[in-house]
Amino acid sequence: MKQIGIITKRELQAIFDSLMAYITIIVFLGLSGFFTWLYGGDVFFVGQASMQSFFGIAYWTFFFFIPALTMKLIAEEKKTGTLEILLTKPVTDWQIIWGKFLATLLLIIIALALTLPYYITIWNIGPIDHGAVWTGYLGLILMSSAYISIGIFTSSITNNQIVAFLLALCIGIFFHIIFGILAASISGVPGSIFNYLSLSTHYESISRGVVDSKDIIYFLSIIFLGLIGSEAVLAKRNIN
Amino acid sequence: MHQSYTFYVFVKRILVSKTLLNYVKSHVRGFQFFFDFYKFGREFKKTRRMDIVVDKITKTYGLQKAVDELSFRVKTGEVLGFLGPNGAGKTTTMKAITCFLNPNEGNILVGGMSVTENPEEVKKHIGYLPENNPLYQDMPVIDYLRFSAELQGVPKEKVRERIIEMVKVCGLKAEKHKKIRELSKGFRQRVGLAQALIHDPEVLILDEPTTGLDPNQIVEIRELIKKIGKEKTVILSSHILAEVEATCDRILIISKGKIVADGTPEELRKQAQGNEILKVQIRNGERNEMYSALKSLPTVALVDFIDGTPNCYEVQSKKDENSAKAIFDLCVKKGWYISQLTPVETKLEDVFREVTMN
Repeated sequence: MKQIGIITKRELQAIFDSLMAYITIIVFLGLSGFFTWLYGGDVFFVGQASMQSFFGIAYWTFFFFIPALTMKLIAEEKKTGTLEILLTKPVTDWQIIWGKFLATLLLIIIALALTLPYYITIWNIGPIDHGAVWTGYLGLILMSSAYISIGIFTSSITNNQIVAFLLALCIGIFFHIIFGILAASISGVPGSIFNYLSLSTHYESISRGVVDSKDIIYFLSIIFLGLIGSEAVLAKRNIN
Repeated sequence: MHQSYTFYVFVKRILVSKTLLNYVKSHVRGFQFFFDFYKFGREFKKTRRMDIVVDKITKTYGLQKAVDELSFRVKTGEVLGFLGPNGAGKTTTMKAITCFLNPNEGNILVGGMSVTENPEEVKKHIGYLPENNPLYQDMPVIDYLRFSAELQGVPKEKVRERIIEMVKVCGLKAEKHKKIRELSKGFRQRVGLAQALIHDPEVLILDEPTTGLDPNQIVEIRELIKKIGKEKTVILSSHILAEVEATCDRILIISKGKIVADGTPEELRKQAQGNEILKVQIRNGERNEMYSALKSLPTVALVDFIDGTPNCYEVQSKKDENSAKAIFDLCVKKGWYISQLTPVETKLEDVFREVTMN
């Protein structure tokens, strides 16, 4: 546990020492703010005190941002060789992966915390469904976690950051929309399977304010599959 | 040894929480005994012997055997020089000892603990400087050292002290706040060394530690390694044979994953040397006369002219014979004047070539 904390701390330091964290947060706030308050189906257009338009846009911005954050996590360490140093310290492969996962998740949570003024503003404009807001945030965190674990997995299988980024987007796009589209166009059992696999279905049901154990299990299983996959890739060096 | 250590870990776990310890320390006199025992355990851990036993390890990459049933043993207080041509399996062996790679077959014990069964415990006692000295380029030196210290489990109150010491020992004073990417190669190497030494490890594995250092620094690092090697177990690989000769108590030459030579530098030299060779230079004599006179000495097997220098010969004695005295007597008798009479030592380079070429 202590080791995970140390690795998380280092990763966060690395993120905040470079411009990456600031750029991510500023661009995220800029985009989400623009689409929530100024443009298209914004809060005033909808005419309801709800955060739905923000959650809709955050859903997409995180989809693109998270692979960009995770792409370097392991790929870079593999390329420069620092992974060897790290793995010869008294840490397990799991601790390294969890440390990196938590660091990225914390950055996302910081970015989300900075959008709390949106919530407070809308709250002051009209009656807001508090439950839906908090479950919406929960949904965003779960979704981000799922994409982070996919990103860490793709980052672990290559030492090229661009490949890791594109691969994470490729895998992500299936969960993000393709499964949803397939579910809509195919009927019967395959359709319901695709519907279950589609991340948007689960995200929408959570951000409407319904926290179902089915959705939670769905997200947790993606997270664990991603992390187990990355661990397996790291441990592969020892398979004879 | 190991069992008593396990017992110590057990006792430590009981007393582990700092609050409990402080409570014991400040309130209950009667517990002094246990506290002393705890401190004793720490000291004990510090000075315990850590031998490395490599037992018939084999590592294959695909079809190629990088290491082939390699076995050796390094004792505490010994500096082992690890030599071999490129691709001999030096780095692979080092990676196996540091728990980065598991061998396909065989086992490695560090202080009685197996690297495959108990890697987390083994890693705590090893300081490792990998081949190309990978470092986090974006981190300031101090932060990197703190990160290494914390990860190695240096107690919190000691982290600062250790960092200060490492900065001093490795000569990083002026560079400590710079980012690692801004450092020159030599300074990066020092950071790598500082990182390996930060937790005062019992076992030190250094893969080509002096590459990129300037001559002064090389001397300093060698001194440091020698000093450390007195009480610790050190394995060091290098391509610079003079360096290995200067720092190591024992040399291990491997080729194609197998040990081809093992011993102190002197032993190796003796092994390869065979017959005595003397370099002789004589003034005021006639060339051919000198040649035939030298050749006719009973102990001499072979005489060669050395090109370039006049009246200079390489005289090889017969097996187990010594011809220095005979040559001297000859020259006295003939009234020649010897300006040079030196034994030609077999260099470690020759030993190395001989054992790795075939």
